[in-house]
Amino acid sequence: MQLISPKKPKSIKAALGLATLALLGTDAVAKSVTQQPSTQKSPAQKKLLDLSAWKLDAAVLFYSEADRVSAVEAVINGKREFADDHFLNLKLTVDTLTGASANGAVAQPNVQTFTRPSGKGSFETPIGETPLDDTFQDTRVQLNGQWTQPISDNMTLSSGGHLSKEYDYLSLGINSNLAYDFNQKNTTASVGFSYFNDTFTPEGDIPTPLTRIPAAGIDKQSLGTSDTKSTVDVLFGLTQIINRRMITQFNYSYSVIDGYLNDPFKGVSIVNSLGLTRDFIYESRPDKRTKQSIFAQTKYHFDGSIIDLSYRYMWDDWKIKSHTVDSKWRIELNDGYYIEPHARYYTQTASDFYRPFLNQSNDVPAFVSADYRIGEMDTYTVGAKVGMKLSNGNELAFRLEYYHQTPKNSGFEQVGALADLQLYAPIKAFVFQVNYSF
Amino acid sequence: MMKTVRRIITLTLVVASVGGCANLGVKPWERDLLAKESMALSHAVDSALDDHIYFSKEASSGGKSFGGGGCGCN
Repeated sequence: MQLISPKKPKSIKAALGLATLALLGTDAVAKSVTQQPSTQKSPAQKKLLDLSAWKLDAAVLFYSEADRVSAVEAVINGKREFADDHFLNLKLTVDTLTGASANGAVAQPNVQTFTRPSGKGSFETPIGETPLDDTFQDTRVQLNGQWTQPISDNMTLSSGGHLSKEYDYLSLGINSNLAYDFNQKNTTASVGFSYFNDTFTPEGDIPTPLTRIPAAGIDKQSLGTSDTKSTVDVLFGLTQIINRRMITQFNYSYSVIDGYLNDPFKGVSIVNSLGLTRDFIYESRPDKRTKQSIFAQTKYHFDGSIIDLSYRYMWDDWKIKSHTVDSKWRIELNDGYYIEPHARYYTQTASDFYRPFLNQSNDVPAFVSADYRIGEMDTYTVGAKVGMKLSNGNELAFRLEYYHQTPKNSGFEQVGALADLQLYAPIKAFVFQVNYSF
Repeated sequence: MMKTVRRIITLTLVVASVGGCANLGVKPWERDLLAKESMALSHAVDSALDDHIYFSKEASSGGKSFGGGGCGCN
């Protein structure tokens, strides 16, 4: 339950409302919004258009990897209470990605040439470097809507929808969550369900797994122009208030992903006994993955600060296991300022079909991927958020973080020339974010 | 072996929290600190942005909320 204090209409909200109405082409209504306070609006108009009744959170995030991917993501989240504890939440996310991404090939002691995913051109990777495809580019628009309301004294139902569209990807989702409060609302048990249906229509079609990635201009073996996957998540949660200063949460989640789980842009190198690449084939992942996780979080309110600790253990039938520890410490300063240092540590084991490369002398396995993201890896994030309450009651915050990934060799012998090469290059990224709540 | 350990940990956590419920908690007038926005278990916008980064860069997702699909970034 959130207590929302009534606020006066803010100029930014009025401007946003005006912009929205202008976009909708409803000039007459737009006019009435500018004439505040207006007596012309019907109650229905007031409800829908009165942005001052919305609690809005906006954020822009900049993500930048050294020599690889850059992303900008903008979010606006609006929450509105319609009647006692009846909430509508709407969220719009727009992001854009550019840069270079590892294509799965192994580094070599010579210059390598690769075909671009479209099949229409090629690029070269210098000696000893991790091959990166620099045509990685996408823009995504995502819409989320969520309605939450009590359905009895102790039960709250929340249901929502999700739509996300990229140039080559469409994701549609629904979710529902039922929460039951008991023990004087000190304990909440919940069960949630979500279903996603995703359609992938990649540039250059869906390649046939384990077939050769052909030279530019030569047609690849393809399974068609698009493929789909579905994701079912079930989540059981328990939230417990410990005392006036402390709250804890435990979750168990079960997730089944079914369908096309390959990355159509990634391949695996086949090397000879000297470690030199002889072939480069499309990766092949199983068409099903079952994941489970347990998650525990606790927050404690000290006199002048709040500590937030969480832990997640995840395991799946691809034999990936991961541990995540996350900690935030929000320290209240004078005049509504706060600083919140953040540290996160993550470690995962490799999936049982991860191979940094294949040896020519062995048979090609049915399932293989050289995607480092399903290999053994440690990562850490360190950073801080600084926030302040402005004189008009709005909130402004800045967040700066450093994210470091250390992919690891989980026991693969680096044959021949590979012995002298860096096959598990670390990845470093900076994240900068601005939040504005009004 | 890991499975057994996991089950024991899960069971202990659940029993500890459910069994202890009777003695845990606060009266309605003691919710001043817990009602603060800064004591909410999740910050909607920040969590979504973080989830998107880690979903794209690591093999795990969800746990705190739905892991879901949602983008072609993994």
